[in-house]
Amino acid sequence: MLGLAADRLRADMNRLLSFLFHQGILDEQFLQLQQLQDETSPNFVSEVVNIYFHESEKLLRNLRSLLMDREFSDYNKMGIHLNQFMGSSSSIGAKRIRNVCLAFRAASDQNNRAGCLSALEVLEHEYCFLKNKLHELFQIQQQRVLAAGVRYPMQH
Amino acid sequence: MSGNGASSSSLNMISGEDVVNNNLTALVVDDSPLLRLLHDIHLKKYGLKVQVAENGKVAVDLFHLGASFDLVLMDKEMPVMNGVEATKELRAMGVTSMIVGVTSKDGPGEQQAFMEAGLDYCFEKPLTPEIIGILLEELNKHNKKD
Repeated sequence: MLGLAADRLRADMNRLLSFLFHQGILDEQFLQLQQLQDETSPNFVSEVVNIYFHESEKLLRNLRSLLMDREFSDYNKMGIHLNQFMGSSSSIGAKRIRNVCLAFRAASDQNNRAGCLSALEVLEHEYCFLKNKLHELFQIQQQRVLAAGVRYPMQH
Repeated sequence: MSGNGASSSSLNMISGEDVVNNNLTALVVDDSPLLRLLHDIHLKKYGLKVQVAENGKVAVDLFHLGASFDLVLMDKEMPVMNGVEATKELRAMGVTSMIVGVTSKDGPGEQQAFMEAGLDYCFEKPLTPEIIGILLEELNKHNKKD
C-alpha cells in the first residue's frame, strides 16, 4: 500500500514537471539544478528556488515602485532590475518569466511606460503561477520522501 | 594568461565531463546571491576551491591583499564597481587569471565592450556544466604549459 503511495506521488511529480516543461514555464536549466542535488546537498534545489523567490519579490517591488512614481524617468535603473531578474530566472530555468522580462526590457528601452506597466502585470502573474507550481512540486517531493521512509522502517 | 579579447567562439569544443581538478582556485564575482551559490556549487563539483565576492570592488580588494585565483567569473552589472571596471582594474594590476564575463542577454555591442575590458571569454548566464568543463580544460592546458 505504502509502495503504491510512493509510486503515485512519483507519477504526480512527473506529470507536473512534464506540464511545466511542455508549457514552456521551465526549461532544461531546471534539470541541471536537479542534477546538482546529491547526498551532500539534499535540499539544494529548494534552497536555490527559495533564494530566487526572495530576490524576485524584491525586484518586483522595486519595479512596481519605480513605475508607480508619477515622475518616473529612470529607465536605466529599470533595465538594471530587469537584467537581474532575467539572470536569476535563466539560472533556475524559469523560461517564461525570462521571456516576459525580455519583452519588458524592450518596452523599457523605448521609454514606453504603458508598455512597461502592462509587462509588469504579466510578470507578476507569471511569477505567482510559477511560485505556486514549484511549491506544489516540493510538497509532492516531501510527501514522496515520507512515503518512502515509512515503507522502510528501521530494524531494531 | 592575460586578457586577449578572445571571443567565446574560439574555445575548442571538447567535452569537459571528466575534468576534476583539486588544484585550481576560482573567484565568483556577482551581486546576486543566487548566481554566486549556483556557480559556487558548479565549480566545487569539479573540485575547485571557490571564493565569492558580491561586487567588483570586493574582487579587486582581494587581489590587492595578495589573493590569486586561476579563474574569475565576473558578472557585468554590479553595484559599487561593475564587471567592466573591475576587469580593467585587475588587468591594469597585472592579473593574469582567466577572467570569464557572465552577462544577461545583452546586445553584441555591450558584450564587446566587456570583452575589450580584458576578458578571456564572455558567456550568457547561467554557465552550463558543459561550458565550465571546457573552461577548465583550457585552464589545465595553460597550466601544463607554464
